[in-house]
Order: sequence, then C-alpha cells, then structure tokens
Amino acid sequence: MRYAETGFNLEIDLSRGGIERVATDPRDTELYLGGLGTNTKILWDRVPPEVEPFSPDNLLIFSTGLLVGTPATGANRTIVSTISPQTLFMAYSMMGGFFAPELKYAGYDKVIIRGKSPDLVYLWINNDKVEIRDASHLAGKGAVETAELIQQELKEPKAQVAAIGLAGENRVYMASIEHGRSSASRLGIGAVMGDKGLKAIAVRGTNDVNIARPAEFMELCNEVLEYIPVRDQNPVPGVMPILAGLGSPKEMTVHDEKWHTENFMWGNSRVRRKGYWNEEVEKKWTESMENVRTRLISCYNCPMKCGAIISVPGVSTYMMKCFSKLTYTMAAFSDLDFGFRIAQRATEYGVDGFSTPQVMAFALELYEAGILTDQNMAGMPSDNEGRFYWLLDRIVRREGIGDVLANGTHWAAQQIGKGAEEYAHNNIKKHEQLPLKLSMLNPIYFLMYCTGEKANITQIEGNFPQAPFLTREEREEFVKDWIQVPDEKFKEYVLNWEPRGENSMPYYPTIEATCEIVDWQEKMHYIDDAVGMCAGLSSFPLKPPYHIHNYPAFISSATGIDMDEAGLTHVTKRNRTLLRAVNVRRGLRRADERPPEDHWKKRFPELEAQLLDAYYKFKGWNNEGIPTKESLQELDLDYVSEDFLQQGILTDNEGTLSKEASA
Amino acid sequence: MGEKKKKTVKAIKVDVDKCNGCRACELVCSAFHATPKYSSNNPARSRIRVIHEPLQDIYVPVFAGEYTAAECTGRDKYTIDGKEYDECAFCRASCPSRDLFKEPDSGLPLKCDMCEDDPPLEEPLCVQWCLHDALTYEEREEEVEEEEVKREEMEIGMESLVDKYGLDKIIDTVARMAKKE
Repeated sequence: MRYAETGFNLEIDLSRGGIERVATDPRDTELYLGGLGTNTKILWDRVPPEVEPFSPDNLLIFSTGLLVGTPATGANRTIVSTISPQTLFMAYSMMGGFFAPELKYAGYDKVIIRGKSPDLVYLWINNDKVEIRDASHLAGKGAVETAELIQQELKEPKAQVAAIGLAGENRVYMASIEHGRSSASRLGIGAVMGDKGLKAIAVRGTNDVNIARPAEFMELCNEVLEYIPVRDQNPVPGVMPILAGLGSPKEMTVHDEKWHTENFMWGNSRVRRKGYWNEEVEKKWTESMENVRTRLISCYNCPMKCGAIISVPGVSTYMMKCFSKLTYTMAAFSDLDFGFRIAQRATEYGVDGFSTPQVMAFALELYEAGILTDQNMAGMPSDNEGRFYWLLDRIVRREGIGDVLANGTHWAAQQIGKGAEEYAHNNIKKHEQLPLKLSMLNPIYFLMYCTGEKANITQIEGNFPQAPFLTREEREEFVKDWIQVPDEKFKEYVLNWEPRGENSMPYYPTIEATCEIVDWQEKMHYIDDAVGMCAGLSSFPLKPPYHIHNYPAFISSATGIDMDEAGLTHVTKRNRTLLRAVNVRRGLRRADERPPEDHWKKRFPELEAQLLDAYYKFKGWNNEGIPTKESLQELDLDYVSEDFLQQGILTDNEGTLSKEASA
Repeated sequence: MGEKKKKTVKAIKVDVDKCNGCRACELVCSAFHATPKYSSNNPARSRIRVIHEPLQDIYVPVFAGEYTAAECTGRDKYTIDGKEYDECAFCRASCPSRDLFKEPDSGLPLKCDMCEDDPPLEEPLCVQWCLHDALTYEEREEEVEEEEVKREEMEIGMESLVDKYGLDKIIDTVARMAKKE
C-alpha cells in the first residue's frame, strides 16, 4: 500500500480524448516527494525545451502535494505546473481551497493534461469514473459562475471545481485558474488551460487516504494544532501587522492599511503616497470592507481565515484573499469600494490580481505619455475608474489594444515600441512584480529577487525578518523562542543586524550569511510546495508551526519513507536544482537574474555581482547560474548533467571529466 | 410511576456563524473512526458534515443521528435571514432520501457516537479540532423518569390480546406501529 499518496496519476490526452490511470514509481516519491518536485521531474522528462507554451505537447499538471488529504493542518495546496507563455520558463502557480484534497480522495496524486481539445470541454473526475464532457455551453461564462453551473448539471454539489474565465479561454497571459476562495494566478497558467480547450476540472472523491504510522503522525498534527492559537495570540512585536501572525497576509481581517498604502506604489508602480492614510480614509475603508464581507473563510483543514466571501450590492458574490484587495484600488488611485467591485469582475474573468492592475495602469501611463494614442484607446471613458473597467473588458476579450496588453507589460511594450519599454519597468524575467520601490539595497532580497525561480518574491521570502529590529532588546526577545532556525547562527545574524552603522544593509548580513539566509528561506518553500503545505503555516510567516525540525517526522510517519533533516534538505536541494535545470534548458542565464532597475534607489553593482557569484557557488552552480556536473551528480541528477553536456550547456572543463561525458 | 433518575446528556452545540468552512471536523472524525484508529481518513465516511454553499454564505455542521429505513412523507426547506438552506439541511438522519451519513462502499448508516473511547476523550474530536468554537461540547445531568417495565403486568395484558386476536396479528400490529414511530 502507498501511504499519504495514492500512487496513481490520471493522464488525459485532450487531442484524442484519452483517459488513463497510471501507477507511479514509489522511487520517485523518495527522490522528489511529490507536488512541485514530481511535477518538475515530469516536465523535465516530457516537455523538451523546444516545446512552446501553446503547443499540444506542453503539459498542464494539477498536482496534490504529498501530505495533502492527510490530517496535517494546512496541507491542501494544488500545485499547477506548465510552461509559462509569459516568461517561457516553468510556471508553477499554486492554490489552496479544496481541490487537491478532493482529487486525492478520488484516488489520484496528479492530473496530467496533454494535447488540445478541438472544442471547449471540461473534465469530470468522480472517483474511478472519468469523463471528458462538452463545455460549449460554458464558453464565455465567468469562472465562479462556471463552477456553479457544473455542480448543478452534474447534480453533485460536493464536486470541487477549478475553472477558467474568459481570460483563460482567450489565452490572456495573466489568466488565472479560479477555484472558489482560491486561485492559481501567476505566470499565465490559465492561458495554457484555455489553449488546451479545457474550461474546467470537476472532481469528487470518496476514497481513503492512508497514513503509515498513525499514532506518531497524529501526535505531530496535534502539536501543530496546539501551537497555532498560541502563536496567533502572541504576534511578533516590531513588525508590520500582516507579518506579525500566521497565515497568508490577513488582508481580509486587517483594516489598518497604512503600511501598504504608504509604502507600496500606486499607479503603474510609480507613486508613493506618504501621509495618505488618515482617520477619514480608515473609517471609509473599514466601512467599505464591512459592508461587503459576509464571512471569513478557510481552506480545507485549516483554521486560518485568510479568505472572505465578498458580496458587493448589484453584482454576484465572489471570494477573495490576500493582497488583491488593494492592487486594483492602488493601480487606479481609487478607493476600496472600487477595489472590491472591479475585483468581482476580474475574478469572473479569471485574471491575476497582481499583474492585471499593473498592466492597466501601464496602459494609461503610455496614453498620458502619448505613446498610446486616442486611436488606440478609441471608446475609452474619461473617468479613471471607468477606464479600468474598459481596459479589463478589452484585455480579456483581446479586443483592439487589449490584444496587445493581454500579453503583459513586457511583451506589450515590445510590440508597442516608441519607448514603451521604459514603462514596463517593474518586471523580473518578463513578469510583473509587487509594486514596491525602496531606498537601500537589501542583500537578502536582492538574491531572492534575482534567483527565485518563480519570479515572485512571496514564493521565496519568509522565515527570516524582512528588516532589522530597531533595538538590541527587541532582537534578543525575538530570538529567544526562535526554534525554527536550522542553525543557531541565524540568531546571531538577527542579533547583530542593525538599522544603521557598520552592521547594516547593504553590507550586513555579510555575503556568506546572506547566502545562508536565502537558501534556508527558499528551502522551506520547496518543502511546502512538494508536500502541498500552505506557505502561510510554514515558509511565509515568522516562527511558523511547520519547520525543518518537525517536517522530517511528518513526512516519514505519513509515508513510511525514512527521512531526517539532512535527507529532507538533500531532497529539497534536488527539487530546487532540477527546477533550475528545466529553466536553464529553456535558456535561463545570469543576465536574466536582475531585479527591476528601480527597485532600490541605492544600488551597489560591485556588491551585487559578488552576491550573485557567492550564491551561485553556494548552490553548486557555475557563474552563469547553471548547476555544475558535480553538483548534479551529487543530487542523483546525472541525467541532467548528461543532457547539459550533450546540448553544450555545460562543457567538460566546467565539471570533472567523467567517463560518460568523454564517451 | 417510575422513579426520578439522573442521566448524562452529551451535546455538541453548533454555532453556524463561527464556522469557517474548513471541514477539519469531517477529516478528524473519519480518521478517529478508521481501523486502526487514525490509519486513514475520508470525509465521505465522516459522521459530521459541513453543509456548505459559500456563495450563499451557508455553513452548517450537521452530525449524524439515527438511521431511518423510510424517508419522511414530506421534505422540509428552511429560509433563515433570507438564506435558503438545502432540503432537510438540518436533519441528522441517515435516510434513503440522500447520500449523507452512509459508508461510501457499503451504504451502511453512520451515526455519531461522541467519539466513545477508552479512556474517554474530554471532548469529541470534531470539537477539539474546531479552533473557532463553531462546535462546542456540553455535558449536563438531567433528571428523567425511569420507566420501569413491569413485565408481569404487561405479559398479562398481552396474553389477553393474544387470546383475542391471535399471535400473528399482534406481531403485525406491533411491527406496523414500530415503523410509524
């Protein structure tokens, strides 16, 4: 028997209408765990670098994580992986909610989709019964609406549905996959789903998920469950409210938005509005939220209430979480009423709440600069908020200028020309970033921005404080019960990190310490993404319930696989390196690893180069960011090094000469 | 008349306003009742289910009550505060009218046993795992009238009925009456 996982994947060929249940190799679980780890292995094996994102040969994988469906609190993530139409690298957006647990109860660890359906279809997975069904009547329907319609027509209200809206159908590069209170939004995976002619996947499962050593596993679960309320009642002092507790940023609970509204940028990530937040604004925004928010809600088996049901008068109800509360508001220099209202439409269309508002603000900036003309914008209303609705409608339908903007700021700027590139200023690897512009270079964030494989800071940051505490006392207080650190030296880094003077940024933490800090934070994300744990209980907040010291026991008691800290670290490094390899094979090099030029005002080119050099070395990569043959072999990734040597991506003199290589 | 006797009443109190819809109660219930204990979980086997319709803001944890062989003659449908609840949403029965509270493989009925265990748990597990107190547990003593069955008296009465109508007819009648209850 397989434990924690089902041991089966569902292979769907949309070109031929093929449906196959395939047993997986337990050895792969030992090597890559599951979730993102095994997704990456499948993409390496089956999607060669010449395959375009919108090719039938591109795969779209919906995966559960290894611990999803077990009693481990917060293990509910669906990890969706494919090749991104925007970055042309691997995309791995994830979502919480109820989809992945349902899939596992249906008896599958993954659904792997290949090919392209000539007509719009949806997939209905009901335990052993799997059907590809006609979805022509759902064309153009909203993502939330689609889920409801499918549940109704299947007469199965317990089915969990992941669906795309109009944006995905029209292959908009910011298209998301929506699932109730959750969405897999980043990097255009909804566009790949639309390209495959797949409107939705509905799943219902009533099978068991087994645990190898139940008593031991439940004890660990209970410890986590006991720790969560304790940690929640003891917020970390000295950090901003959304970072003080657990969960993904609790935007649906927090009324005090001083920090975001005054420190994040408005418009096309340009304008900082110091002094914006005052009592009047706070009162109005509090009212706005309380008027529309009917209930705070959670994902499967998690007590954190990071999401909310939002009912704006006059439009259909939807669900929201996290920072999309503010992205539309701030991009349009508007207020929260507008933010909630337009987010409803955006959710039905199925678009990424990070990139989309920036794309629209970018278009308006180009218009003001005269780069986009009245002719381009014919029919656009004169009021600011009306313009945002107008642009959103154009983008998801790919109408007129919307067809250009639908490719995101990078590609749109290339197409528009006339200096538009300058306005696509907030990208990494062609992907829109958080609207954040700061003063002093932070060496930790520099490396995370540069090297994060997902090109999204929240997918790599987390367990280490974002900034130094002001006083020694605060630091001592902070490290006192900091059991999550992999090594005591991280406490020293916090204790010695000063806001000013010799031990301050950019030269402190030292280059060496910076590498270790980034590596630790990233490692935690890779564990979460393999086991399907929400980052909000693990890699994202300070002092989380899951950490490197209890994770090995969770994994081994759930699966029966022997695992200790060293073993888990090794697996994680393998997964991380393989993901880099997928991207390296698709052309990723050092030149791509740059934060937006204007992210920090104070830049230090020499230090930045040293940081990258040191980090690459630390990771076992060469100076171009390519994993060396030695480090690949150490991680049992010989098949990667062989491929790299064959393709000339690595040459023999970069690694140790081996027999296979010279043969 | 019987004597007054003390009886412990165990109650799970449900506050639907506090439910965050996470369904941890379903998961842990099915894990507790797995054999061996916690060796597997499957919400479809759970003796508590969260009836949920997020877009209508409906979240109702319902735990399994008695099995019934026949469904009610009529169904019920509640609207409370403008929210229309599922048909028989609040009913705890394992009933032929729906697939709730039945083992998915065998169709056998499921019933909440308040996590009976040796040694007894402080609270049923669904309550323990509900950190938002949508489910709370209460035990109280109630005085009930103990109905003492005076066998002799009853037997005498029955005998006279059997004499009058015959045993078969009595059995039929009792069975019919039992079904109606």
